[in-house]
Amino acid sequence: MSNLAPSAALAPALPVSASSGAAIELVGVNKWYGEFHVLKDINLRVHRGERIVICGPSGSGKSTMIRCINRLEEHQQGSIIVDGIELTNDLKRIDEIRREVGMCFQHFNLFPHLTILENLTLAPIWVRKMPKKDADELAMHFLRKVKIPEQANKYPGQLSGGQQQRVAIARALCMKPKIMLFDEPTSALDPEMVKEVLETMVSLAEEGMTMLCVTHEMGFARQVANRVIFMDAGQIIEMNEPEAFFSNPQHERTKLFLSQILGH
Amino acid sequence: MNLSSFIDVFHSWPSLLNGLAMTVMLTLVSSFLGVVLGTLCAWGSLRGPKALRWFIRGYVEFFRNTPFLGQIFFIFFGLPALGVKLDPVTAALVALTINLTAYACEIIRAGIEATPAGQFEAASSLGLKPAQAFFLVILPPAFQRVWPAMTSQLVIILLASALCSQISVAELSYEANMIASRTFRNFEAYIVVTVIYLGLAVLFREMLTWVGRRFVYGEFATVGQR
Amino acid sequence: MNDFTTWDVFRNLLAAVPWTIYLSLIAFAGGAVVSLLLLSLRFAFPRVAGTPVRLYVQLFQGTPLLMQLFLVYFGLALMGVQTTPLFAASLCLSVYSSAYLTETWYGCVLAVPKGQWEASSSLGLKHWQQMLLIVLPQALRLSVPPTVGLMVQIVKNTSLASIVGFVELTRASQIIANATFEPFLAYGAVAFIYFVICFSISLCGRHLEKRIRI
Repeated sequence: MSNLAPSAALAPALPVSASSGAAIELVGVNKWYGEFHVLKDINLRVHRGERIVICGPSGSGKSTMIRCINRLEEHQQGSIIVDGIELTNDLKRIDEIRREVGMCFQHFNLFPHLTILENLTLAPIWVRKMPKKDADELAMHFLRKVKIPEQANKYPGQLSGGQQQRVAIARALCMKPKIMLFDEPTSALDPEMVKEVLETMVSLAEEGMTMLCVTHEMGFARQVANRVIFMDAGQIIEMNEPEAFFSNPQHERTKLFLSQILGH
Repeated sequence: MNLSSFIDVFHSWPSLLNGLAMTVMLTLVSSFLGVVLGTLCAWGSLRGPKALRWFIRGYVEFFRNTPFLGQIFFIFFGLPALGVKLDPVTAALVALTINLTAYACEIIRAGIEATPAGQFEAASSLGLKPAQAFFLVILPPAFQRVWPAMTSQLVIILLASALCSQISVAELSYEANMIASRTFRNFEAYIVVTVIYLGLAVLFREMLTWVGRRFVYGEFATVGQR
Repeated sequence: MNDFTTWDVFRNLLAAVPWTIYLSLIAFAGGAVVSLLLLSLRFAFPRVAGTPVRLYVQLFQGTPLLMQLFLVYFGLALMGVQTTPLFAASLCLSVYSSAYLTETWYGCVLAVPKGQWEASSSLGLKHWQQMLLIVLPQALRLSVPPTVGLMVQIVKNTSLASIVGFVELTRASQIIANATFEPFLAYGAVAFIYFVICFSISLCGRHLEKRIRI
C-alpha cells in the first residue's frame, strides 16, 4: 500500500447496495512474465454493483490485471477472490468463476463461423445446459437490448465494428454474469462507432451491473464510474472518485497521463 | 540382420563419399540457380509484359502439377528426340533447377504480393526506377517473409535429388543401389543412406537458417520472422 | 518399325490412370487416418506425445521418399512378410503423406487466433468444447487450401511406385517408351495427363476455397 497516493487510502464512496460484501477482492497480487514484473502488489476490493474504470499508459498492467480475474492469465502470488470463490488451479472453480464473470475484448473475438444468434446461444446451451428454444429467446432478448435484433442470422464478418462489439456484450450477458469485465472495448473501433458501444455500457451500468472497465473514455468514466483507478508500471498509483480524480489528481504521473489524454 | 551385416556396407565408404559429394553438388547448384531464376520469374510474372506473364504462369503451373520423376525422364530420355542430348548429371541439374524455379517463383511471388502497395508507391515517389524499386525495396522484405517456406522447398529439392539415381547419376541413392546389389545387404544399405540423408537434411536446414539470419533478415528484421 | 499412333500411346497411358488415382486415394485416406490419430494424441497429451509426433514428422520429412520406399519394400521382405509392389507403395505413401498432413493440420489448429480460445474460455466452455465447437470448425476451413496442395503432391508422389515395379502412369509410360522408341511422345503425353489430373484438383480446391469463405 505504500505506493498509493494519499487520496487512495481514503474510503471511496460506495454504492448503497454494496453492503453484501466484495464482488472481487485482490490481495497482494504479483505476476511476472519471465523477468518482467507486470503486476506489483495489487490490492483492490470491488463491491457489488460498483463500477470501476481503470486507465493508464500501455504496458501498465491494466489489461493483465482484469485478465487475471477470470484466469485468462495466471497470477503467481497473492490471492484473487471472485464472488466468494478463491482462484486456484482447481479447474472446477475456474469454470464456476468464468460462468459468473462476463468479458468483452478489444477485438470482440466473436466466433466467425457461427451466426450472431449462434454466438449468443453457444454458452447457454453447452455450459448452462439450456434447451435451444429457451436459449434462442434469451439471445433475442439481449439482442433487442443492444438494439440489433435484425442481425441475428448474419455472420460476424458482415457487421460493423460497433455492432460486433455490441454482439460481444450481448453474448457475455446471455450467461447472466454477476460481474462484467471490459478490456479496452472501444479502442479498436472507428470514432463514429464508439458512442453506440458506450451507450450500451451506460445502460448496463444503470441496471446495477458490477463492472470493471479498462478504457480511456474519460467521459464514460465521469458518467458512470464509482471509482477511477490509474495504473502505471504494474502498480495502482491512484484511486479516487471520478470528480476528485479528474479535478484534483494527487500523483505526478497521474497528472502527466491526464494532461496527455485530455489536453488537446 | 545384425551389426556385422552393416560392416559390408561401411566397407564401401569411398563410394558413399562420392555419392554424398554428388548429392551435395546437385543440391547446392540447383538451389542457387533455382532461387535466382525463381526471383527473376517472380519479377517477370508481376511486372513483365503480358505475354511473358502468361508464359511464366503456364510454366509454373505445368511444372508444379507434374511429377519430378516424369520431368527428369522427359528431359533425359525425351529431349534427345529434338536433338538435345544431355549427359545424366547435366540433365539432373537442368531438371532440378527447372523444377525448383517454378516453386521458388510461386513462393517469392506470394511474398511480394503480401508487401503493402504503399511500399512501391513510396519508392516510385522517391524517384526510383521500377527495377530499382523492385530489387531494393520490394524484394528484401518479401524474401524475409517467405524464407521459412523457401527453406522447406530447398530441403525438398535435396530429397528429390535422390530420384536422379533413376537416370544413373552417381549420387547417394544410386550408390545405395550399387552397394545393395554388390553385397546383397539391401536393407542395411538403404538404412545407412537414409540416415545420411536425414543428417544432410538437418544440416542443410541449419545452414539455410544461418544464411537467412546472415543475409536475408539482415539488420532490418522487422517482418517475416516469428 | 513404328506402328504406334499418338492415339495408341494415349490410349495405353489412359488405361493406367485408374491405378494412379487408386493409389493416390489409398495414400490420402491412409495418411489422413494416421495423421488424425497422431493429432488427437498430440492435442490430448501435449506433454507426452508432443515430442514423439514431432520426431515422426521430421523423420519422414527429412528423408527421401525413394529411400523410404526401398526400406519398406526390402524391410517387409526381411521380416518374411509376403509383399506386393502395390502393398509396399500404399503403405509407404500413406505414412509419408501422414507426416505432411500432420504438420499442416497441426499448423491450421495453431493458426486459429488466440482470442477465440480466450473468448470461449471466458464464456466457461470446457477444453473439449472449445476444441470441438470453436477451434476445429475454423481450422477445418483454414486447412482446405494446403490440404488440396498436399493432394496434388500425393498424386505426383505415386509416380515413385513405378520404381518398385507397380504399373501406374509413370511405369506405363516407361513401358510404352521402350516399346515404341518414342520417349518424347510417351513422356510428354504422361506429363500432360498428370497435369490434367493435378490441375483439376487445384482448380476444384480454388473453387471450394471461395465457397467456404465467409
